[in-house]
Amino acid sequence: MTPDGSLLSAEGLHKTYGATPALDGADFSIHPGEVVAVMGPSGSGKSTLLHCLAGIIQPDSGTVRYGPHTLTGLTDVQRSALRRSDFGFVFQFGQLVPELTCLENVALPLRLNGVKRKDAERQARTWLERLEVETVGGQRPGEVSGGQGQRVAVARALATAPRVVFADEPTGALDSLNGERVMSLLTDAARDTNAAVVLVTHEARVAAYSDREIVVRDGRVKDMLAGLI
Amino acid sequence: MSIGHTLLGLLESGPRHGYDLKRAFDEHFGHDRPLHYGQVYSTMSRLLKHGLVEVDGVEAGAGPERKRYAITDAGVTDVAQWLARPEKPEPYLQSTLYTKVVLALLTGRNAAELLDTQRTEHLRLMRGLTERKRGGDLADQLICDHALFHLEADLRWLELTAARLDRLAEAVRT
Repeated sequence: MTPDGSLLSAEGLHKTYGATPALDGADFSIHPGEVVAVMGPSGSGKSTLLHCLAGIIQPDSGTVRYGPHTLTGLTDVQRSALRRSDFGFVFQFGQLVPELTCLENVALPLRLNGVKRKDAERQARTWLERLEVETVGGQRPGEVSGGQGQRVAVARALATAPRVVFADEPTGALDSLNGERVMSLLTDAARDTNAAVVLVTHEARVAAYSDREIVVRDGRVKDMLAGLI
Repeated sequence: MSIGHTLLGLLESGPRHGYDLKRAFDEHFGHDRPLHYGQVYSTMSRLLKHGLVEVDGVEAGAGPERKRYAITDAGVTDVAQWLARPEKPEPYLQSTLYTKVVLALLTGRNAAELLDTQRTEHLRLMRGLTERKRGGDLADQLICDHALFHLEADLRWLELTAARLDRLAEAVRT
């Protein structure tokens, strides 16, 4: 846990791209098992916040803490290792490796963490069943529908039992019915495993699957429960 | 829409006669439904009775006496509380929300805050419906979906209005 008892927290994040500030003193915190929706207009800094929290990019200043680690103080290699072992990711598009089957895609992060092929594929199969796409295990991502592909991506994000799942517009390319099913399966699975979910979305019906929402506007974060933090 | 609160809010910029109040109301909010004089005077009588306005002066003329009304401290508090209180999400809410946003801008209050508070209230209801939908049968799901789509439309309006607050502020203050 971080000093304030949260699983992942950020303080005073600043990030500028050229002359454009993307984050301007953003704060954030999330607890285990909590689903937090990150909302706000396009270009407000939502995705930059997610990338800083996940250690994908380094902020210009400010601190990100994850459990006992100060993420912003780690090297690139250390942050990569932590992302692989503790974090899961779901994006809107293009996250599955097209040359691998769906089963191999889900098994991939387990294999990268040193799990033997047979065990990795057994676990992957369980996750595909849980996400209701066990029938597409032998197919490649290009051969399945958008909704099926996104469920495979969610299975892959959850296969390593991550403590935090980062989802950036995970239903952005899906129709309402598929989007809702993906959200339902994602949040159920995350709650069952006590994983926290940072969910970037501009869709209110997707945000309604969260426990609370924050709003990013002009690079600053407003926690709707606590007012401006 | 609460005509009483709207008239009170319009009085915050300074005392006005009933006629001026009607004109200001029609200009900002009465595009498709101007206020009747009778509504203005009956509303002002009620506000007087509750101590939310007071008579600031009376002018005698050829016709009936013209009262000038001023908002009291209790009236200002009443407007502030109304603006800060989120509306219960329901269909055709936009006319009340629009009135609140314009009044907040006219009276120098934080309209973005008002929109954020309303968004939280909408999302709170949407979470409840989503939860009900997850545990419900198909009929429940369809009923909840209908409500969710309406609430989502409101939320889109809140977002768009938030993005256009600067322009709206300019428009209502000129």
